Amino acid sequence: MLDLKGYGWMLWDGVQITVAVAVCAMALALALGLVGTTGKLAHSKVARTAADIYTTVIRGVPELLLILIVYYGVPTLIQDTAEKFGYDIIIDINPFIAGSITIGFIYGAFATEVFRGAYLAVPRGQLEAAHAIGMSRLLVARRVLLPQMWRFALPGLGNVWIVLIKATSLISVIQLPELLRNADIAARAVRLPFTFYFAASLLYLAITVVSMLGQQRLEAWAGRGIRRD
Amino acid sequence: MDFELIIRSLPKLFEGAILTVELTLLSLAIGLCFAVPLGIMYIAKNPLIWAPVRAYVFYFRGTPLLVQIFLIYYGSGQFREPLEAAGLWVFFREPYFCAVLSLTLNTAAYTAYILRGAVRNVPFGEVEAARACGMSGVLLYRRIVLPKAFRLALPAYSNEVVFLLQSTSLVSIITLLDLTGIARIIVARSFAVYEIYITAGILYLIVTYGVLFAFRKVEHRLSGHLRERPDEREQVAAEALAVR
Repeated sequence: MLDLKGYGWMLWDGVQITVAVAVCAMALALALGLVGTTGKLAHSKVARTAADIYTTVIRGVPELLLILIVYYGVPTLIQDTAEKFGYDIIIDINPFIAGSITIGFIYGAFATEVFRGAYLAVPRGQLEAAHAIGMSRLLVARRVLLPQMWRFALPGLGNVWIVLIKATSLISVIQLPELLRNADIAARAVRLPFTFYFAASLLYLAITVVSMLGQQRLEAWAGRGIRRD
Repeated sequence: MDFELIIRSLPKLFEGAILTVELTLLSLAIGLCFAVPLGIMYIAKNPLIWAPVRAYVFYFRGTPLLVQIFLIYYGSGQFREPLEAAGLWVFFREPYFCAVLSLTLNTAAYTAYILRGAVRNVPFGEVEAARACGMSGVLLYRRIVLPKAFRLALPAYSNEVVFLLQSTSLVSIITLLDLTGIARIIVARSFAVYEIYITAGILYLIVTYGVLFAFRKVEHRLSGHLRERPDEREQVAAEALAVR
């Protein structure tokens, strides 16, 4: 078996931070996804264009580069702008926050596409009927649209979550002590790189498997009222 | 914004973009050669054939690419002596080789998974008809199943190509000077953080949407027999107008 030379606890700490970052990022991605979908389906041309630019840019630029831009670029941009107005400030973003925000921002674009598909899957007649009996747009969204949308969105969101978990490994480049970073430190300390990276990969695999099982149960629960023939 | 610096850095960034495209094409080409047999073995009936293939695909799809790159580039150091004895150490010492190896293994796993789905979705009637004509085994796959499966797999494969193109940015972490790597070096020297990273991002955008555009052209061409003929389309439009 894998001999971790007493560094196993570091990997376990890393797993916890990885999951914490992933959960924060996913929450942000879900919120941005809903906002993005609202933008994509809005009547206003400005909102539609903004949402389109968001998803287009995120799809076309590598995650690593976006992480570097947010972690190094944004503080510099704010400092430079403040300097022009005569303020001398130094901004340091916490890597946990920078990582969660960047990953959440990236996967918000993917969640947008998932939610858009889910919205289109809700039968039009139901929305018309709800309008016809006098529900306001907000009430229609709360009573008819969202309860069905999230069921249609579940498979897509499950995929987003699984890809997102793997993407958190990129935050190791901004020194956040998550799973890969801790495996890296341990590997250098005892000079057993293969052992530790392999152990880390198995832990990622375990997280993926647990997520997949959870997704199956959640989908079964969400679809409990649906007749299958 | 320091536009002069951006213009001065463009030639270097282009060099990096060329390495990015080179790594992408090389890994895609080798990965596809492995993916086709793997995709067919994935749905074989014999567990001795499908079990190792499924384990491989599951491992490489379920772990982050960055871990795979570290495992191959840094991890190989743990087996330096046996690798030296086998004469393989000269390869594993090179970040370029390790990058291509990990990207290839990664894309082969994803592509095999895509092809598995496509082969399963080939209409059974076509397979049955081919069997009725006396085709079987290799001939059946070469003439009927694979051409159809490739066409079915194309949209998913174009996504995989875009993902791989973006994933190549990770090789900058193992010191290769691809587009991201060059951008990081220029930033470290000039402190022009957002100018350079955003320029690099725009170059990635151009390459990505270039690739997507090319795939759309190929898809359009390959689906020619499924579209209406141009003269038919005019006729349909004319009829629609007449009804109105």
